Amino acid sequence: METRSFSDNSYEQFLNEDKLMGSRCRQCSALSVPPRPICVKCYASDMEWVEMNGKGKLAAFTSIAVGPPFMVQEGYSRERPYVSGVVELEEGARVVARIEGVDGTRPESIRVGTPLRVEFLHRKDGDSIATFLAFRPE
Amino acid sequence: MIKRRKLGRGVAVVGAGMSRFGMFRDKDSKDLFAEAFREMMSAVDKGIDPGDIDALYLGNFTNDFFVQQGHWGPIVSDLIGLAPKPATRTEGACASSALAIREAVFAIASGFYDIVLAGGLEEMSKRSTEEVTQGLAMAAIPYEVRAGFTFPGVFGATATAYFAKYGASREHLMNVTIKSHNNARLNPNAQFNLSIRDIMDNRVERARKKGEPVPDWKDEKEFLRDPKANPVVAWPMHLYDCCPISDGASCVLLVAEELARSFSDNPLYVAGIGQGSGRGLHAKEDLSCFEATRYAAQEAYSMSGLKPDEVQIAEVHDCFSIAEILHIEDLGFFPPGEGYRAVEEGLTRLDGSKPINTSGGLKCKGHPVGATGTGQVVEIWKQLRGEAGERQVPIKDLRIGATHNLGGTGGTCTFTILERR
Repeated sequence: METRSFSDNSYEQFLNEDKLMGSRCRQCSALSVPPRPICVKCYASDMEWVEMNGKGKLAAFTSIAVGPPFMVQEGYSRERPYVSGVVELEEGARVVARIEGVDGTRPESIRVGTPLRVEFLHRKDGDSIATFLAFRPE
Repeated sequence: MIKRRKLGRGVAVVGAGMSRFGMFRDKDSKDLFAEAFREMMSAVDKGIDPGDIDALYLGNFTNDFFVQQGHWGPIVSDLIGLAPKPATRTEGACASSALAIREAVFAIASGFYDIVLAGGLEEMSKRSTEEVTQGLAMAAIPYEVRAGFTFPGVFGATATAYFAKYGASREHLMNVTIKSHNNARLNPNAQFNLSIRDIMDNRVERARKKGEPVPDWKDEKEFLRDPKANPVVAWPMHLYDCCPISDGASCVLLVAEELARSFSDNPLYVAGIGQGSGRGLHAKEDLSCFEATRYAAQEAYSMSGLKPDEVQIAEVHDCFSIAEILHIEDLGFFPPGEGYRAVEEGLTRLDGSKPINTSGGLKCKGHPVGATGTGQVVEIWKQLRGEAGERQVPIKDLRIGATHNLGGTGGTCTFTILERR
């Protein structure tokens, strides 16, 4: 049985393992992605881990031309913007993620409602690996 | 359902003042607060002896980062001769000084103090744009930072959700920008007191003088559509959808209701005051509104017994053009999905039925984050007392105005209704 604490740290560890995980309240079944230690529907602390199937659709997005230093380091710029978005998962929860495989230079072509599938972007972070949650059109 | 709030005793505003907002190489936070304090003092009709002020609440978001000083309460209390009386800093990101007002109101309403100064300051422009972005990101939702979102990015995504739900487009955002600039043109304290038309004329003239190709924009929207003039920041947010980096200070003098007439011929009374907290994009139920604003509004309306229709003018937190549209819906001025049409029809202009951001708003007046909340009250103070000069709204019997302040990406929102009796 999975015993990791229902924390952001555990959520990130699962992403490193190519798993998008959330918490489900054993009392009222409310689902949270990322996980929560306390259920905000019924206030219980009795949680279990559930894995998402990785399918969803685009609920909102932006194409960012002026990004933070870590995105600039990845090679993004005014000429090469990247897309971030909000994804509504099939299970009903929403997550924020990078959106790959769409044209950031033509944001007018990107449509809210586009079906997406999860992708895990592994990046070297000093000696360790950091994983960024991403989605791509199916 | 929100429990109906009430104050232990009434509270009134008897003075309000602000520094000019802008980017000042030669002025620091103290210089700016001194400017604001002097304007506030001169706005108290019957005068105030600063020695009678019981306490100071001061909003500041992140001067800790911008100028490596975080302990602004006592610095300002010393500056204005208030020490050793108490000074307390409040932090609510871009809504920090609206929280200072709330603390001042509660302190007076409880009977503990009679006369309290609430203010705010921020000194941002001595840092590079990258550093300011990094500083402001301290109020961002960590999951969003990791997904690459910036502040303009969160509002950009909010805009795409709003567009998809209600059929609005980027063209509608331009109406907000054009209106803000038209208002700011009439505000000598504004950072950009130029209309879009003025900016276009200046560019044409500069190109002529330099012998460069002269741009040929047919109207303001064509200028705003030109990617050279108005580059994308986080689509659909472009440069002219975003508020600037600013320095500034502002303050408001609050007193117990029974003392109001001994300081002011025309005080403003606190009719309603509300605050809410909001969640990140992953957790909020509706992406095209701010739940914290809705909560704050309900709290303030129920306390005041007033309806949204009865609020005649408002300053709302237009950190980005799309935000102004959402706020005028969340505050109940227009139904959800109809805010963009109201702006298009001119209802929110100076001469409209519901003037919004007569000061030019954050977009043009400037947004020294910690000074914005009390700065918004300065505008309502002037408008309700008929002292707004060229930008005075032509509404007859102008009595009720309100301010809406938002911190972070909607994490802290406040709504304050002020009334002239």
